[in-house]
Amino acid sequence: MSWLKDDLRVVYAIWLREIKVWQREKSRVVGSVLTPILWLAVFGSGLSGMNVGGVGYQQFIYPGILAMSILFTSIFFGVYIIWDRKIDFLKEVLAAPASRTAVFFGKVVGGSTDAMLQATLLLVVGVFFGMHFTILQIVLAYVVLLLLSFATVSIGLGIGSQLSSPEGFSMISSFVIWPMFFLSGALYPINNLPAWLGPLVAIDPVTYGVDALRGVLLGASSFPLLLDIGVLAAFTAVMVALGGFLFSRMK
Amino acid sequence: MRAQIRTGAISKHFGKLKAVDRVDLSINEGEVFGLLGPNGAGKTTLINMLSTLSKPTEGTAIVNGFDVITQSLQVRKSIGIVFQEPSVDDLLSGRENLELHGLLYGVPRELRRKRIKELMELVDLSDRADDPVKTYSGGMRRRLEIARGLLHLPKVLFLDEPTLGLDPATREVIWNYIKSLAKRGGVTILLTTHYMEEADALCDRIAIIDHGRIVVLGTPRELKEKLGGDVVMLKGKVNLARVRKLRFVKAARKANSEVMLTIDHAARNLQALLKVTGRVENVEVRTPTLNDVFLHYTGRQIREADAEGGFFERVIRSETVRA
Repeated sequence: MSWLKDDLRVVYAIWLREIKVWQREKSRVVGSVLTPILWLAVFGSGLSGMNVGGVGYQQFIYPGILAMSILFTSIFFGVYIIWDRKIDFLKEVLAAPASRTAVFFGKVVGGSTDAMLQATLLLVVGVFFGMHFTILQIVLAYVVLLLLSFATVSIGLGIGSQLSSPEGFSMISSFVIWPMFFLSGALYPINNLPAWLGPLVAIDPVTYGVDALRGVLLGASSFPLLLDIGVLAAFTAVMVALGGFLFSRMK
Repeated sequence: MRAQIRTGAISKHFGKLKAVDRVDLSINEGEVFGLLGPNGAGKTTLINMLSTLSKPTEGTAIVNGFDVITQSLQVRKSIGIVFQEPSVDDLLSGRENLELHGLLYGVPRELRRKRIKELMELVDLSDRADDPVKTYSGGMRRRLEIARGLLHLPKVLFLDEPTLGLDPATREVIWNYIKSLAKRGGVTILLTTHYMEEADALCDRIAIIDHGRIVVLGTPRELKEKLGGDVVMLKGKVNLARVRKLRFVKAARKANSEVMLTIDHAARNLQALLKVTGRVENVEVRTPTLNDVFLHYTGRQIREADAEGGFFERVIRSETVRA
């Protein structure tokens, strides 16, 4: 079991570093919270006359915006692997007697922690946009957001591990993340969609994340919660495995 | 004495380029061994293979009794590395960088604290230990990295240009520490450098490496004695064939814009030499240095062969080259 202890120590070391760096980059924290507030305030207010499924549009998109900000923060976390390589810090980590898998998990847990801290801030912000939560709602929301974040951080790290320029990373990750976001129903109800759009929405894993959040926070969902979480968990498992594989093949 | 590092025809090819070409080395426990050569000679590539960061194309290497290909984890636990490029995290403090390293290498908490304190004093960073590394000068970062490489008490230490960009006083301190590590601590040290005086002052043995091959290997003294006699540098039109016919001329070759001769007893033979060469623009006579050894074997000055520039240019370059 000593290898497990070693691996956990490495995960802890990497996690600790990511948290410290996150704390020190104030612009990251501020930016990651301001953008969703803008969406809610401007986009949400602009369409506030709309009433979707018994709630105002601002409340309706709140779970979607929550998912969106976790999605973008998480995938963008992958770009830091490129910076680590540029400042050669990555070399120090990769030369250590530590397994690549442990380093990868340290990064995933670190990135997801960043995302969860951000989610906490956004839950507080939600109160000002007319949301109210019970403890159970908050716990369930964290479970969904954590799964979503694990999956997306893994995708980001997988992409980052194969690229050498931040510009390339922005390009490729946009190709991945925007369709996932737009097709997820974060901004519109997914019932009664045009025939061509329906299947695309159905195969987007983020759809189930947004639906679960909407179910948990607003009590209005299209699928049973267990189905949502099941699909999301399977998606997360596959993405973590894929990200870990790409990371282990990184040069 | 047991060999701590042993390579057998180790090679690394990048496409057609043979960065390291069938190198055989045997380095003893507690030895300070220097790889001397211009940038691009294959020094860093060799160290990368020995530290399991890259796999040899061919050949074998044993470090601290472990095979670099099949037992890379054990090799990694045995070694410390100080990289050529800065590899500390800017946003963390010096102490935090060392803490992180200690955690990654599994140094127990108490020992970690103690070592960090000692090492910070050694590299004279105690006052700045808790400042972010981004506020450090290039020399301070370098010192921090050396401290980091030593933190987990490695058996073998790889130093890739360890004193590049350091001021002479700090360099002296680092040299002394490296020496005492090897002599008292029994640590085996493999360092690359293109500072001749560093190789001369520090290394028990030196291998001069060029185009991926070891050109010559021996103690600094042996290498200098190998040249024999005195070195005469001539500037001007010199007929090499005629000069070579002289009995006291042991070697003659073009070196950059000059001609480099190794001759017996320059004091007695210089007159005779100049009669043969005719008018020259400049004459310089000296006892051989390691630089002359390098010049003799490669036909280039090591500093001129160095196109990469100093530490700071490298920091800037690492930004652009990798983009």
